[in-house]
Amino acid sequence: MAAPHRQSRPSNALFAAPYLVVFVALLVVPLCWGVYLSLQKADLFGLYGYTGWTNYARVLGDALFWQAVRNTVVFVAVTVPVLVAIGLFLGLALNARTRGAAFMRGVYFSSTVLSVTIVTLIWRFVFIPGDGLLSLAFEAMGWPPIGFLSTQGWSLFSVGVATVWWCLGLPMILILAALQQIPGDLYEAAALDNASRWRTFTRVTLPQIRNTLILVATIQIVMQFQLFGQAQLMTNGGPNGTSRPMVLYIYRAAFENWDVGQGAAASELLFLIILVAAMGQFWITNRGNKA
Amino acid sequence: MSGTAPTHGHSRTLFWAAAALSVLMFLPMAWVLVLSVTENEALSRGTEAAFSGPYTLKNYTDIAGNSGVFRWFANSLVVAVGQTIGVLILASLAGYAFGRLEWPGRRLVFVIVLFGLAVPEQAVIIPRHQIFSTLNLHNTYIALILPGLSLPFGVFLMTQFFRAIPPEIDEAAALDNASRWRIFWKVLLPLTLPAQATLGIFTFLFAWNDYWWPLISATDKDMYTLTVGIASSQVNFAQTEGLGFLAAQAVFAALPVLIVYIIFQKHVVTAVSGGAVK
Repeated sequence: MAAPHRQSRPSNALFAAPYLVVFVALLVVPLCWGVYLSLQKADLFGLYGYTGWTNYARVLGDALFWQAVRNTVVFVAVTVPVLVAIGLFLGLALNARTRGAAFMRGVYFSSTVLSVTIVTLIWRFVFIPGDGLLSLAFEAMGWPPIGFLSTQGWSLFSVGVATVWWCLGLPMILILAALQQIPGDLYEAAALDNASRWRTFTRVTLPQIRNTLILVATIQIVMQFQLFGQAQLMTNGGPNGTSRPMVLYIYRAAFENWDVGQGAAASELLFLIILVAAMGQFWITNRGNKA
Repeated sequence: MSGTAPTHGHSRTLFWAAAALSVLMFLPMAWVLVLSVTENEALSRGTEAAFSGPYTLKNYTDIAGNSGVFRWFANSLVVAVGQTIGVLILASLAGYAFGRLEWPGRRLVFVIVLFGLAVPEQAVIIPRHQIFSTLNLHNTYIALILPGLSLPFGVFLMTQFFRAIPPEIDEAAALDNASRWRIFWKVLLPLTLPAQATLGIFTFLFAWNDYWWPLISATDKDMYTLTVGIASSQVNFAQTEGLGFLAAQAVFAALPVLIVYIIFQKHVVTAVSGGAVK
């Protein structure tokens, strides 16, 4: 028999009620309202009736949207593997109970606690032409200057550099936590077999942290698809929209052009893309698990 | 300590490589720090001045004379502290209900809340903006604080902590006929203090660094948070009050979070890894 306090009573739910009210009002309702809005003709001042799929058709027919999709997909496809690789490298390098390793962990995580505005400010001081740190370095080397934030190709790359610098702390910490949970006797067994360092890494370490690597990749995919502040502040999507991500497209539509319906439709599409990407990545990496 | 489990497979070469590469972490920060103490007039002729000086603290005293930055700092403090207190209260109560009590529908509701973890901000921000517009609440602290309270992360974390407390503890209290509220308040809540610290620091940093929501909700310059304020002053990068002043603003805005982080490093790390790795 369950202890008295473990008995199921409706009144127990009252403890969860305050949170649930906020959860419903500011997460569930907005989520549903967003879907509704995407099917309405809407602007800042109100709704002008149901328009069916018109907003979606407008978004899907907009070359700028597809450009933003392409930018975002390229950005995710490059930054996520880089972040996982750096996280794995730092995890392996700094998984030691020494003061030096603890200090280095602190250094590599420190950028994560900064806000996006400070991160972009710091990197603009590095990238700005003429006055930036890189510009001075290029000048000293006698290389021709590059307008990192204003040149097609370089602008998205620069946003990516700042993003990797900002975000590498979380993958490192998660991978470190996983490495520390690997039972020591697995390594002892490998040592008894005279396994080489590389063999130990591929046969013991990697399989043991496999699930964490998948988790890290999934978190980063979801996060990097939502790239916004770095692009808005460093390049404002330029030049010619070549560094404009989807969220910046949504921001433009809803909060600068006040085309709320179109913004809502674009954000539902992005939500869908994120879900598909995260689930697809999860499915592909898990398939190997069973084989 | 040598030979303990966590150091297995550790390589000195990798460590020194990571130590050497940490220059890339430091360098951009150090650059801004040096710019912030270099005289503005010298910088306007070229940032090479950062290597030769003259150096000064004038850029920082200029911040003191710029009331805007202080106002934004105070706003960020109100919002971050308000959100932290709110999340701690709501998440503790909900964590107790989900992790410790039984009620009809508990499992289903918890799963729905967990689904909330997967909702990206951009999927709800437009409707949220409309809700606060309708209520005429933009440019208020309430509007800046409330949306952060709906995030499920704190509930998820506190549920795990309440679940981890051995059942004997509140069973003993229940034998004394203590009410559920009393058990929660007097017996269990004190045991969750480490978790409260972890969640509190995490929420504070998250709220302090939030950008998109304050950007669209606080349009009145006096209601800017520090992140939005600093963003607004870097929009016209070339025509600002000067690179040195801008750099000093960045340092001034970064210091509080870096200090919080350095003091509470352990809690921050537990918060980010404890929630995800099980």
